[in-house]
Amino acid sequence: MSRRYPEPRMFRCPDRLKPHYDAVIIGAGGHGLAAAYYLARDHGIRDVAVLEKSYLGAGGTGRNTAIIRSNYLTAEGVRFYDESLRLFRDLSADLDLNLFYSRRGHFTLAHSDATLRTMRWRAEVNKHLGVDSELVGPEVIRRECPQLDLSCGGHTPVLGALYHPPGAIARHDAVAWGYGRGASQRGVEIHQQTEVTGIRVQGGRVAGVETNRGFVETGKVLSAVAGYTPAVMEMVDVRTPLEVHPLQACVSEPLKPWLDTIIVSANLHLYVSQSSRGELVMGAALDPYELHSTRSTLDFVEGLAGHLLELFPFLGEVRVLRQWAGLADMTPDFSPIMGKTPVEGLYLDAGWGTWGFKATPVCGKTMAHTLANDRPHPLIEPFRLSRFEEFDLVGEKGAASVGH
Amino acid sequence: MKVMRCPVNGWRPIQEFSYGGAFRPMPQPGECSNRQWADYVFHRSGAAAVKKEWWCHLASGVWFIAERNTSTDEILETYLHGEDGHHE
Repeated sequence: MSRRYPEPRMFRCPDRLKPHYDAVIIGAGGHGLAAAYYLARDHGIRDVAVLEKSYLGAGGTGRNTAIIRSNYLTAEGVRFYDESLRLFRDLSADLDLNLFYSRRGHFTLAHSDATLRTMRWRAEVNKHLGVDSELVGPEVIRRECPQLDLSCGGHTPVLGALYHPPGAIARHDAVAWGYGRGASQRGVEIHQQTEVTGIRVQGGRVAGVETNRGFVETGKVLSAVAGYTPAVMEMVDVRTPLEVHPLQACVSEPLKPWLDTIIVSANLHLYVSQSSRGELVMGAALDPYELHSTRSTLDFVEGLAGHLLELFPFLGEVRVLRQWAGLADMTPDFSPIMGKTPVEGLYLDAGWGTWGFKATPVCGKTMAHTLANDRPHPLIEPFRLSRFEEFDLVGEKGAASVGH
Repeated sequence: MKVMRCPVNGWRPIQEFSYGGAFRPMPQPGECSNRQWADYVFHRSGAAAVKKEWWCHLASGVWFIAERNTSTDEILETYLHGEDGHHE
């Protein structure tokens, strides 16, 4: 740190909790902090505490592969994620922080006729809703990413791809830090190392939250804790359809810039992009069974490396720098769960599976609206928790974790 | 290498097994309400705990029950459905 040009702190650290807040947000990840930011900025609700049991951005926010896109399959999903992409575009200016938002162009490769059909379906839905997305043949992929071995070593040749030019990457921690700073500047308190251990409900209404630092009275609580949602909802006896699986990722050692597109293969279960630091950021499919642990496995890197070499054989000598895992709270229909709950004053932002980072701005905006008005924002109405009881699911087959 | 004990075939590498989801008693579809049915179909006890689960040994097609701690991934017991787990 420079003495001559000291960097101001990103957010205030109040040393004690107040006995009462207008709203409490559980989870200081991107979603929780974005909700706090928009509550303060757009709705004038500034007496807000964001409670985080660990450190800011410790969960899925800092563990994803930072891809932003909106070429989903359902109209509900496309509208929602496209609004998020639109917000992301000028978020750096909005938060006055360089998020390294970088438009790359996103290719989802198809290695089979069945995949090609789904891609065509997605492209048509996307175009109908005004999203820049099209089905392209191998010649376009060769032009945009000449390093790719389209024959995949002869095993599963690439037949085409869903091409989404607005697909982008960004620095994920900065998104959380930017929202945190913006919220803090507007009066929101961020409390790290503060774990919510219970939610007090009186007459069907939220009365406050119990924490490891004492009781806090509040009439509105937002749970934005992704993989820890089932534990929070158990505090109020609300069942959810969430099943938690680890999602692993890794980065290579830094390389000279050579990959300026985002390459995803649905069939090989692989996604790869090159960060501004030169590392290849790579992810694969979910771990195959329920687990509430962020451990890494050799199985994962082995499988991923094998598939990566099918696409880019020249990477054989490149080393893996580090690997990690995050908790993905999967829903049965691959859409999130957002909005009100059976408990008055308790709001839910969950079910973020493998699609949470790209939704950060729109989640903040719509959940802030929902909290302020006690009415779900129209964009998230289809994602209500009660849709399962009503057998009215939103089957999002455009999610990264769905095989085609 | 992570291993699991199949009640029929003994200790085998975990790659030979497939997870079949939590063990959940099914309500009678003709007698329960839509809400109860939806609860059975969709809802889970999603928090970390020691859970009873269905697993399948793929090589031999044996389905069995495993009791597993979902925070530590420790497999406590495996036994065939209908058998008591406390025989080892």
